[in-house]
Amino acid sequence: MAQTERQLDTPDTQVQISDEIRKTTCYMCACRCGIDVHLKDGVPVYIEGNRDHPVNRGVLCAKGAAGLKQVTSHARLRAPLRRVGPRGSGEFEEISWDEALETAAGWLKPLRESAPERLAFFTGRDQSQSLTSWWAQQFGTPNYAAHGGFCSVNMAAAGIYTLGGSFWEFGTPDWEHAELLLLFGVAEDHDSNPIKIGLSKLKARGARVVSLNPVRSGYSAIADEWLGITPGSDGLLVLSLVHELLRAGRIDLDFLAQFTNAPVLVDCDPRSPEYGLFLRGDDGSPLVIDARTGRPAPWDGERVEPKLTGHLRRAGISHRTVMEMIAAQYMDRAYAPEAVAARVGLPPERIRWLAAEIARAAFETKLELDRPWTDFRGRQHSTMPGRPVAMHAMRGVSAHSNGFQTCRAIHLLQALLGAVETPGSFRFKPPYPKPPEAHCRPHFRAVPGQPLEGPPLGYPLGPEDLAVDAAGAPLRIDKAFSWEAPLAVHGMLHMVIANAVAADPYPIDTLFLYMSNMAWNSTMNTAGTMEMLTAQDEEGNYLIPRIIYSDAYASEMVAYADLILPDTTYLERHDCISLLDRPISEPDAAADAIRWPVVEPDRDVRPFQSVLLDLGARLGLPGMAEDGQPVYRDYADYITNHERRPGVGPLAGFRMGPHGLQDGRGTPNEAQLDSYIAAGGTHGIPVPLGAAYYKPWNRAYQDWAVEIGLLDAPAPALVQLWSEPLRRFQRAAEGQGERLPPEPLRERLAAVMTPLPVWYPPLSDTPGVEENYPLHAITQRPMAMYHSWGSQNVWLRQIHGMNPLYIPGAWWRALGLQDGDWVRVTSPHGEITAPAARMEAQSENVVWTWNAIGKRKGAWGLAPEAPEATKGVLLNHLIPEHLPSGENGASLSNSDPITGQAAWFDLRVRLERIAAPREASPGFPPLRSPVPRPD
Amino acid sequence: MTDLPSHTERQLGLVIDLDTCVGCHACVVACKGWNTQSQPSPLSDQDPRGAAPSGTFLNRVHAYEVTPQTGAAQVVHFPKSCLHCADAPCVTVCPTGASFKRAEDGIVLVNESECIGCGLCAWACPYGAREMDMAEGVMKKCTLCVDRIYNETLPEQDREPACVRTCPAGARHFGDLSDPESAVSLLVEARGGMDLMPEQGTRPANKYLPPRPRDSWEGEVDLLAPWLEPVAEEPRGLLGWIDRTLARL
Repeated sequence: MAQTERQLDTPDTQVQISDEIRKTTCYMCACRCGIDVHLKDGVPVYIEGNRDHPVNRGVLCAKGAAGLKQVTSHARLRAPLRRVGPRGSGEFEEISWDEALETAAGWLKPLRESAPERLAFFTGRDQSQSLTSWWAQQFGTPNYAAHGGFCSVNMAAAGIYTLGGSFWEFGTPDWEHAELLLLFGVAEDHDSNPIKIGLSKLKARGARVVSLNPVRSGYSAIADEWLGITPGSDGLLVLSLVHELLRAGRIDLDFLAQFTNAPVLVDCDPRSPEYGLFLRGDDGSPLVIDARTGRPAPWDGERVEPKLTGHLRRAGISHRTVMEMIAAQYMDRAYAPEAVAARVGLPPERIRWLAAEIARAAFETKLELDRPWTDFRGRQHSTMPGRPVAMHAMRGVSAHSNGFQTCRAIHLLQALLGAVETPGSFRFKPPYPKPPEAHCRPHFRAVPGQPLEGPPLGYPLGPEDLAVDAAGAPLRIDKAFSWEAPLAVHGMLHMVIANAVAADPYPIDTLFLYMSNMAWNSTMNTAGTMEMLTAQDEEGNYLIPRIIYSDAYASEMVAYADLILPDTTYLERHDCISLLDRPISEPDAAADAIRWPVVEPDRDVRPFQSVLLDLGARLGLPGMAEDGQPVYRDYADYITNHERRPGVGPLAGFRMGPHGLQDGRGTPNEAQLDSYIAAGGTHGIPVPLGAAYYKPWNRAYQDWAVEIGLLDAPAPALVQLWSEPLRRFQRAAEGQGERLPPEPLRERLAAVMTPLPVWYPPLSDTPGVEENYPLHAITQRPMAMYHSWGSQNVWLRQIHGMNPLYIPGAWWRALGLQDGDWVRVTSPHGEITAPAARMEAQSENVVWTWNAIGKRKGAWGLAPEAPEATKGVLLNHLIPEHLPSGENGASLSNSDPITGQAAWFDLRVRLERIAAPREASPGFPPLRSPVPRPD
Repeated sequence: MTDLPSHTERQLGLVIDLDTCVGCHACVVACKGWNTQSQPSPLSDQDPRGAAPSGTFLNRVHAYEVTPQTGAAQVVHFPKSCLHCADAPCVTVCPTGASFKRAEDGIVLVNESECIGCGLCAWACPYGAREMDMAEGVMKKCTLCVDRIYNETLPEQDREPACVRTCPAGARHFGDLSDPESAVSLLVEARGGMDLMPEQGTRPANKYLPPRPRDSWEGEVDLLAPWLEPVAEEPRGLLGWIDRTLARL
């Protein structure tokens, strides 16, 4: 039949799905894209990307588009809950908010008045850390952090200590100019949409992408070249590249001399008390040799021309430049490709090829922007020369116990090429660069009834900044900033429960958690952690007496809390993505953003940040209560009116100045949130053109940063190839100085806290482990799923409802595996069973699975038969929170010894083929769900 | 059975770049989200919280491994939706005329009110690109967002398929493939765009841009990137080279 009239009418091509669009910020992962939420009769019906948003420019990932299903999720909590059954049973009764808040205040008030450190407040995947940190500070507990310690603190800390900023949130590849991009250990998020957009730009220009990753999924799948590296060996590979580039003289001498501390003079007399520290002038300024005079001069002296090589004797002590130390260390044949190849898992020729590829892109591509600028020494430059090699690294590098030094090694490689803040390389996003000296130190002295003197988290510059007592014992419950993890700048959430239960260093009274699934996928030793959360003393008292938890959903953690403060979803709340915290800036603009209630919650839930302010007021915390009255009505009021420093508040746009609205500094503006809403939920302050590159050394940038309130004074800083803070700790480990580490930790500290980047094997690779556990086991994050939240999403779980263990072909054959088989996976810590799947595109001794798909029965509003609960794989069961006991029996955390970053990816396992069981093990009794489950 | 138009004025379609598709499923969910609202009935989900969740998706992304004779295995992400074929077997097989191909733009559609849910079209489609909606008992499929591309209630820049608008990797392109000068036709020309399973004789409108060659490195020597020539083999030599180099500047 022919096309009929009826057919012609079939589609309603003028359909209107919505009657209003409200623009806010996504929270389906950490990217914080702008979203257009379409509403019909006030109900959200469709979400698409905001075309005017700096992060995503209109595009949106699968998670973002599925956000609607987060609002209608059956896993959503409905009202405050009080536990009525035993902890872990999931038996609760609904209570009123007033009762919930009075209960919490009743628990916390006596703590504040007697021992504020007995509150441990950890906030998981929190995007409001400038509020939550301030709350902890005002309460007076040092025991505060978010989830960075188990996420990517190695990356963040190595970036700050070396460059003054790190990958992802603080910086980005120069997608517009890069000719070569190296991705180290990057899985699907951090950054999600910006990386996809960026890769697309590189591909369109014909630029090349090289991925170093044990698994060829996601971004690695579209890389031009894939190097299937052995997990935990990235640092060794990078230092071999450094070796090759030094050997070939393919380094940027001009950049090294001007913008790094390569020309700074170091005391190199082992008998000197200052051995390894910088030679300083009378004003304390590190000295260089000025090429104009041949004499020592301050590193930042006007017009000084630092000389890369040279010696200087002073008071009988010889000093050499950092460049000479670099040459001495990395020219060693121990870093030759042949020497590292077996460990790295790549042929020596492949390493040489990569070095040549990098050198070619860096030095044989002409890139120079016609932008005059003046550096911090007053030297004028007529152009901005480029170096089009960009690098990006993430969890795969970060989640190893050698991750901090590996990240430092990558930054060394970048700096040797001149590929930091130069066109085509790595660019900072304001408020970064910001060197550690421009951050505060940690504050940890708890005084009953008093706030801390400053924020709990900060950047130590030496042993004197550690949170330890006179005997060297940790003062924080997680032992962050102790000799066990001196630079634990994001805290160590993964150790809080184990330490609290062991009363090591001391017991706590209340554990207050926000949005952190510590009874399941956010903890190591999951089964043991569930036992710890329910452990009782001889009198039947819980070893962690009280647990308060806030979450929007019925996660596994809910069952282990005594009091639940149900949160809203991200479409029902105010938030600020603040320059004081983790902003959404781009290299060419300081930018922040808001969330606002585009819909009202349909149940008795409240936004956590408003609840926190309410609780703070009930407790009479300074800044939150005055004369017994709350200072802030809610979080929106706080966002508008709070000032952290005079004129500097949570949002930088639309502040009040003497002549009307202004950006950056200014007094509060009651209409500020309305202005943000009218502007699409975000506001940017453009970086002036002449300030957009060479930011750490560019006077125009530094002056602009001061003008808009990002810095209080210009803070130019050299790339710290030689890290003096690290050397100070190493020096203490060698027995020098006033504050010395405990004897059992000295050898380890001396070995890892080296002032130049170093590689050492993952700490849990003790003798015999490799023989008995020949495979590395890691996770990758699926692009359509973020953490545990995704499985309750009825669209996303149809994409990723299963996470088998992917096994490389050679092992598949050796084990005699067939489709449908399962494997028993055994680590030194425990065993699990998992459905097996074959995959060739991965490194030969690596198995992997998708992250956080496996669920406990009864959680997340899913049916007990859901595949997430019956076939889901959770590697966390295999990972201990402590390292194997050393000779001294000390129980050290399974973490990077410098930053305390959880060493998830150090895991080693062995496999055995098993017949398909009925369900995956270990199995646990189903949780009693606080929300209705499907029949 | 149902006739195909003898001629289409235009042939709209998608060009999908397998070189840049990272397999993120953004297009899958954007498609689900839009069509659930725009179509007369939502794209349904069965057992959404249970043991075997299964729903209607008009666009899906598959991942395949490719293991070449030499070199490392590769992963190709492969988004797939209706290819809006010129010789669409799903149309000619339709007993009611519910399946049809539009003469004006070549889009293949289903008129749900005439669909009896017999499933013949799904059987006839060699690509598996049709989806039976279990709640409605009718066949659903990609409409190329016919309710967006001509929709004057949307801003002009949004008059493109939802999957194209959302794709973060820029891997999806939309346009008139019958016009040799259109941006999509030029892209197909430049990148060697391919038909999917041409041997089926369906003459699909959608084209796939093949992945560019991966892993150019083949071992010992690469003529384009010769090994780096050493300037020094030990630290003193390097420092001497630095001094000599800087002295020349």
